Amino acid sequence: MDFGNLIKIAVKALLNNKTRGFLTMLGIIIGVASVIAMLAIGAGSKQSIRDEIGSMGSNMITVSPGNGRFGGVRQSGSSMQTLKMEDYESIVREASYVDKITPTMSASGQAIKGSNNTPTTMYGTNADYLEIRGYTVESGSVFDESDIKHASKVCVVGSTVVSELFPDGEEPLGQVIRFNKTPMKIVGVLQSRGYNGMGMDQDDLIIAPYTTVQKRILAINYIQGITCSAISEEYTDQAIDEITRILQTNHDIKIGQDNDFNVRSQQEMMETMSSVMDMLTVLLACVAGISLIVGGIGIMNIMYVSVTERTREIGLRMSIGAKGRHILWQFLIESVIISVLGGLIGVILGVVASKVISLFNMPTAVQPFSIVLSFLVCTVTGIFFGWYPARKASRLNPIDALRYE
Amino acid sequence: MAEIIRTVGLKREFIVGDEVVRALRGLSFSIDSGEFVTIVGSSGSGKSTLLNILGCLDVPTAGEYYLDGVSVRNMGKNDRATLRNRKIGFIFQNYNLLPKTTSVENVELPLMYNRDVSASERRRRAIEALTAVGLEDRLMHKSNQLSGGQQQRVAIARALVNDPVIILADEATGNLDSKKSYEVLALFQKLHRAGKTILFVTHNPDLEQFSSRTITLRDGRIISDVRNDNIQSADEVLANWKEED
Repeated sequence: MDFGNLIKIAVKALLNNKTRGFLTMLGIIIGVASVIAMLAIGAGSKQSIRDEIGSMGSNMITVSPGNGRFGGVRQSGSSMQTLKMEDYESIVREASYVDKITPTMSASGQAIKGSNNTPTTMYGTNADYLEIRGYTVESGSVFDESDIKHASKVCVVGSTVVSELFPDGEEPLGQVIRFNKTPMKIVGVLQSRGYNGMGMDQDDLIIAPYTTVQKRILAINYIQGITCSAISEEYTDQAIDEITRILQTNHDIKIGQDNDFNVRSQQEMMETMSSVMDMLTVLLACVAGISLIVGGIGIMNIMYVSVTERTREIGLRMSIGAKGRHILWQFLIESVIISVLGGLIGVILGVVASKVISLFNMPTAVQPFSIVLSFLVCTVTGIFFGWYPARKASRLNPIDALRYE
Repeated sequence: MAEIIRTVGLKREFIVGDEVVRALRGLSFSIDSGEFVTIVGSSGSGKSTLLNILGCLDVPTAGEYYLDGVSVRNMGKNDRATLRNRKIGFIFQNYNLLPKTTSVENVELPLMYNRDVSASERRRRAIEALTAVGLEDRLMHKSNQLSGGQQQRVAIARALVNDPVIILADEATGNLDSKKSYEVLALFQKLHRAGKTILFVTHNPDLEQFSSRTITLRDGRIISDVRNDNIQSADEVLANWKEED
């Protein structure tokens, strides 16, 4: 078979109907572009969440109170009071795979300075917390052990809180603000970190000694959680096992009994988030994939019409010596050209669209596999949906085709 | 002279519903190289069916058909397609040119299905054929930019380009006014003088005086087959035309 000539014939036929060819292509272009853009958005969000969680410290481990029961009534984890200061202290004492560690508790409330106020969250921790979470102090310093010991009314504030409470650009260091009626002196200001992948403002917080938050603000005798870091990422699992063992002993939990606490690593969180994002990406890709199929059906439609419309031409070609397979290949090549060209334009458009979307603060990452995949799919689409009309054309009887009106 | 076409007891029957329609009821004739044969007959006489068979588009129900010494009856579809491509030039009543396509590309078309012909060879032969029909100044005109007569001449050039053993013309002047018809006839006569074998199918008996032989069909049978030694010249008719005008 002389494909060179057949390709020439097919190209010529397409050029004779440029508008129609382009409109047919449009289905494929939109399909491919949306597949690529959707997967890029999915992958981009996933990546940014991973980065975010990673920047919090990929070796971070959090201990939170787990479900328990009081007299047969199951309680939600957050209302549990099973974690105590002793638990924290025994982990500090006994765990060998744990590097930084801090008890954590949080209180939400209103921060007030003069006539300005803002709702925010106060975290009670020690100085390790900043290192575990990757915060750095821009000006001033972090509170120290003696502040924790004395439950000093000092705090480190995030930049959002600063801009809300000091809109005129005053120096916040040394100023006294009030949080839920408790006066707190600002000793440090955190460097701004912006929003995280889930859209949370990471600068909208106040960090104070855990003793201060526990005793002066929340007035509780338990702790809400423990945040720590493994000595390095590889030892995260060992650290989790160690902490679990220590807490089981502390809480007198026997083998076979449910733990009344949860120990989670950042890695697990990352995996959970990733799997959610994966699902979302699959969903988006499915929607985009459907538009690709619709585009393919568009090709079939147009090729079908084109076969009917060009019946006489097919008859002529056969009468001057075209074989059935010449006609088959001509129409097949036409539909493959439409879909491949549409695919190419779609790939370019999809990549450009992804870049444009990323300008609007939406992270995107163009996936090479999605380009290959959608390109492959649209070629297959072209062959699949072009096949039937092409076969119809090739089976025409030249005598009938010539006389077709 | 070499025998181009020979048919022996050619029969073609169609089954329409329960009825058997006998389109051809046993035709035997032969056509030699260099003949200009007109096949006349009213509609329903079987001339289209005969043309389809002679053009290797159809096969006879019974009887033999030899084209250039080769039996066509038991050939497969693809072999007949190749035969059409190499040995037959078709000319149709409605020209059947590809729309939006230049004359030269239209003429090149049969050679596109012959892989032995290179692109440059193809172009050269197409220009040669168009020159032979007097359209050397219309090479790059698209088919819709040409008049009916010119379009038919492009179609004739397309039939010539593969250097066929026989040219089959089906009502080739049917869509043209009489003056244009004579121009096309004059062209056929010119090709005939150059040694081409032409089979001209028409329902118009006036045209038979321009060919060297006339076969008349009626109800699927040959009712007369006469040689014409006094061929009238279409060029003369055209020359007189202007005086009359």
